[in-house]
Amino acid sequence: MALITYVEFNGTPHTVEVATGVSLMEGALGNGVPGIDGDCGGNAACATCHIYVDTAWTAKTGGTSELEDAMLDLADGKQDNSRLACQIFASAELEGLIVTMPETQH
Amino acid sequence: MATQPNISAETIVKHTLPRSEQPVAYPPFPPRQRPDLPDHSRETLMEYLAGAPLDEVDIADPLYWENDAHWPYFKRLRDEAPIHFTNVNTNRHRGYWSVTRWADIMAVDTNHAVFSSDAHLGGITIFDMDQDFVMPMFIAMDQPKHDIQRKAVNPIVSGANLQAFEALIRERTQACLDSLPRGVAFDWVDKVSIELTGLMLATLFDFPQEHRRKLSWWSDIVTSDAEIPGNPTKDERQAILMGMLQEFMVLWNERVNDPEPKGDLISMLAHNPATRDMPPMEYMGNLVLLIVGGNDTTRNSITGGLKFLNDNPAEYAKLRADPGLIDSMVSEIIRYQTPLAHMRRTALEDTILGGEHIAKGDKVIMWYVSGNRDERSIENPDAFIIDRPRARQHMSFGFGIHRCVGNRLAELQLKILWEEIVKRFDTIEVLEEPARVPSAFVKGYKSMMVRIPA
Repeated sequence: MALITYVEFNGTPHTVEVATGVSLMEGALGNGVPGIDGDCGGNAACATCHIYVDTAWTAKTGGTSELEDAMLDLADGKQDNSRLACQIFASAELEGLIVTMPETQH
Repeated sequence: MATQPNISAETIVKHTLPRSEQPVAYPPFPPRQRPDLPDHSRETLMEYLAGAPLDEVDIADPLYWENDAHWPYFKRLRDEAPIHFTNVNTNRHRGYWSVTRWADIMAVDTNHAVFSSDAHLGGITIFDMDQDFVMPMFIAMDQPKHDIQRKAVNPIVSGANLQAFEALIRERTQACLDSLPRGVAFDWVDKVSIELTGLMLATLFDFPQEHRRKLSWWSDIVTSDAEIPGNPTKDERQAILMGMLQEFMVLWNERVNDPEPKGDLISMLAHNPATRDMPPMEYMGNLVLLIVGGNDTTRNSITGGLKFLNDNPAEYAKLRADPGLIDSMVSEIIRYQTPLAHMRRTALEDTILGGEHIAKGDKVIMWYVSGNRDERSIENPDAFIIDRPRARQHMSFGFGIHRCVGNRLAELQLKILWEEIVKRFDTIEVLEEPARVPSAFVKGYKSMMVRIPA
C-alpha cells in the first residue's frame, strides 16, 4: 500500500491510498480522482491516464515499454517525465509519490 | 515556399495514364456466394446465422449489415472460434481472419510492429484499397511516417482547442434543434445528424459553409460499395474523388502562402514541414481520412443514440430524471453503436494469435462491433445502460497508435447535442425501423423518421 497524491491541472491535490500491485490509473478511478480517464482499461493503449512524475522517482516507478513510449509520443502536453498511470503499480516504495496531470486527456 | 503539393515527390502515379494505357490488372469481382434462403428479412438472416456452419458464412456481405442481422454470428465466433479464417468468397477478398474477442482485438491493435496498416498492403478495411488508386493517409501508414503526419493535425482536436469550439457548437446545435418541425414526421438523419456534423466539418476545414453537404456526399462516396445498385462505379468514384481533390487544391493554394498558418486543417497541413510537400494523392488520402473520420462516425452515433433511447424507454426516463448522466450516456452510445464495425491489419510476419497461425500477408479483421459486446470484458454487454460504470472503456475509437484522434471532439458534439435536446423536448419518437447502410465497415443509417410531439 502507498499514499499517492494526484494533483489536478488546476492545482487541486487528492491524496489516496492505493493497494500494492494496483496501478495508479486504477487508484485514481477507484477513488474518484478527476482528470484521469483510463479508457483502455490499463493496456497502455490509449494515453488517457497521462501523468507527470518527478524524475527523482524514476528508479522506483520503473521504465517504459515501447508501446507506452509510442502512445505518450502522440499525447498532448508530452514532457520528458510523462508516464501512463496504468503502467505504474503501487508498492510501499512509492509511499508519498506526487504526480501531476496535463490540462486534458486525449 | 511551396505553392502546392510536390508532384515529383512520388514517381509512380498510375491514375494519370490514359484509361486506354491502364493495365487491366483489376477485373471486376466474381459474383458473391450467398446462402440459399427463402427471403432476406432480418429474422431469416438471423436464424440462418444462428445455425449455419461457421465456415459457410461470409459476414462481410453487406446484406447482413443492411438488416442488422450480424449479431448471432459474432456471438458464436467469440464462443467457438475467436480467431477464425473465412474461406467463403475468397476470390473476392482473398480470405480474412476474424478477431472477435476484446482481449485478442486489443493484442492486434497494440502490436503495430507485426500488424500493419499500410495502404499499399491493402490498408485498413476488409476490402483492399484500389491498388491503381492508392490514397496514402496517416491512419493507413506505419511508423514513423504515421506519427509525424498525425502530429500535424493533432492540435486542432486537442483539449485546449476544443474549449474554443464549444460555444460555436452549442449555438449551432440550438439553432438546428429550434428549427425542427413539431407534430410531423421528418428524417432525423438529414435534418440533425448530417446537418450538425456537416457544419462542424466545414468549420474544421474552413470549407465554404454553403457547400458543406458536399463533404457529407464525398464521405458517403468514398466508403460506398461500387457493386450495390445506385452507388457510383469504381471509375466514377475515382473521378468524383479527383474532383474533390481539385476543390481542396484551390483552398490549399489560397492558404499555403499565408505568413502564418490559420487554425483550419488545410492550413495546418499546408504549413507543417511534415505534410507541406505531400504528393496530391496523399493530400487526397488525408482529406478522405479527416472527412470520413469527422463525419460518418459522429453522424451515426447521433442517429443511433436516439434509436437506443426509444428502444429502451427506462433509460430515456433515467436521462430525463438526471441529465447529469449525459457524460456516461455519450460513451455508452458510442459503444453500442460502434460506428466503424471493424479495422483491418495485414500481418508483416508469421505470428501466433490465440493459438492460430497467422501467415505473413494475411488479412486480419478486428471486429470492434464484436469486442464491444464481449461478455468476457463487459458486463451485460447487449444492454444499453446510460449510467454504465466505466462506460468509457469501449473499443469504438480503437486502441494503440491509430486510436481515433477526434474522439474528444466527437464526445463534445454528442454531449452538447443531448444537453440541448433534454432542455427542449420531453421526447422525440422514432416512428419506424431506420434504413441502414449496407456495409461491413461503416455501421450507420441512411434515414430514420421521427416526430417531436406538437
